Amino acid sequence: MTCKQFLALLDDLIDDTVASEARAELETHLHGCGHCEVVFNTTKKTIEIYRSHELYDLPTGLRDRLHSAIMARCKKGC
Amino acid sequence: MTTIQSVAVELEPHPDVALVERVRGGDVSAYDTLVRKYERQLFRIAQHITQNREDAEDVMQDAFLKAYEKLDQFQGNSKFYTWLVRIAVNESLMRLRKRRTGKMVSIDEDVETEEGSVPRDLADWAPDPEQNYNQAELAEILRKTIQGLPQGFRVVFVLRDVEGLSTEETAETLSLSIPAVKSRLLRARLQLRERLSRYFRRKKGFPKGLKDSRLGETGMVK
Repeated sequence: MTCKQFLALLDDLIDDTVASEARAELETHLHGCGHCEVVFNTTKKTIEIYRSHELYDLPTGLRDRLHSAIMARCKKGC
Repeated sequence: MTTIQSVAVELEPHPDVALVERVRGGDVSAYDTLVRKYERQLFRIAQHITQNREDAEDVMQDAFLKAYEKLDQFQGNSKFYTWLVRIAVNESLMRLRKRRTGKMVSIDEDVETEEGSVPRDLADWAPDPEQNYNQAELAEILRKTIQGLPQGFRVVFVLRDVEGLSTEETAETLSLSIPAVKSRLLRARLQLRERLSRYFRRKKGFPKGLKDSRLGETGMVK
């Protein structure tokens, strides 16, 4: 397997959606290729970091404003 | 018996469906429950697309109001959350269009770039690289980095990897084909990885680190 072929299946490996036969090939390549190992690990880490950090906090008061808007709409007929 | 039981489990409706039914029956408090459940996700999605706090606030509010008004159109073929996200994405794109005085805005924008489709920065990252920054610095790095992605990649990454939609749900929400979602997701992940490497790479002289190897264009492809 070449690095290019590995890269084409990188997402499937990360998302664990790869068939067992292909997985064995991917893992063999991964163990023998330092560059792909770095790309695999750091891509996984990238996703993990974005998943675990809240980048945009919900503004205070937004929920109350929304609630009032929905109630107002409801009074008009819901 | 086992078969009958498993069929019964599969047919059990999502808890949101019961809430939607209650709202349809006139129970507004059930809608509050749905709002509380999804407000953060919707705000984040709107913020990622519009990249503007005021717009994101308006989009979140408009999306929930629109969903409330159109609740009768919700068929239950898709998840309520996916339906809601679709409304929020459309509202966000409309908001962008207004900002750009009517210029067409779509999620197909800027996707032709080839940048980042082949990894170039192959230096390993420091262990727990986020520990080298305080929370505020880290959030700024992450925001700046994702904001630099082309719109069409950013929205796919956010829906799929941050908000946890499946590939199929992301495709349905954005009216894209499944191969298009897959291709954009891979490129989004690789571009983010490449950009974050500037901040997270192992410092020179760090034990066990790979050599600082910014390879040329042929470095990766064997």
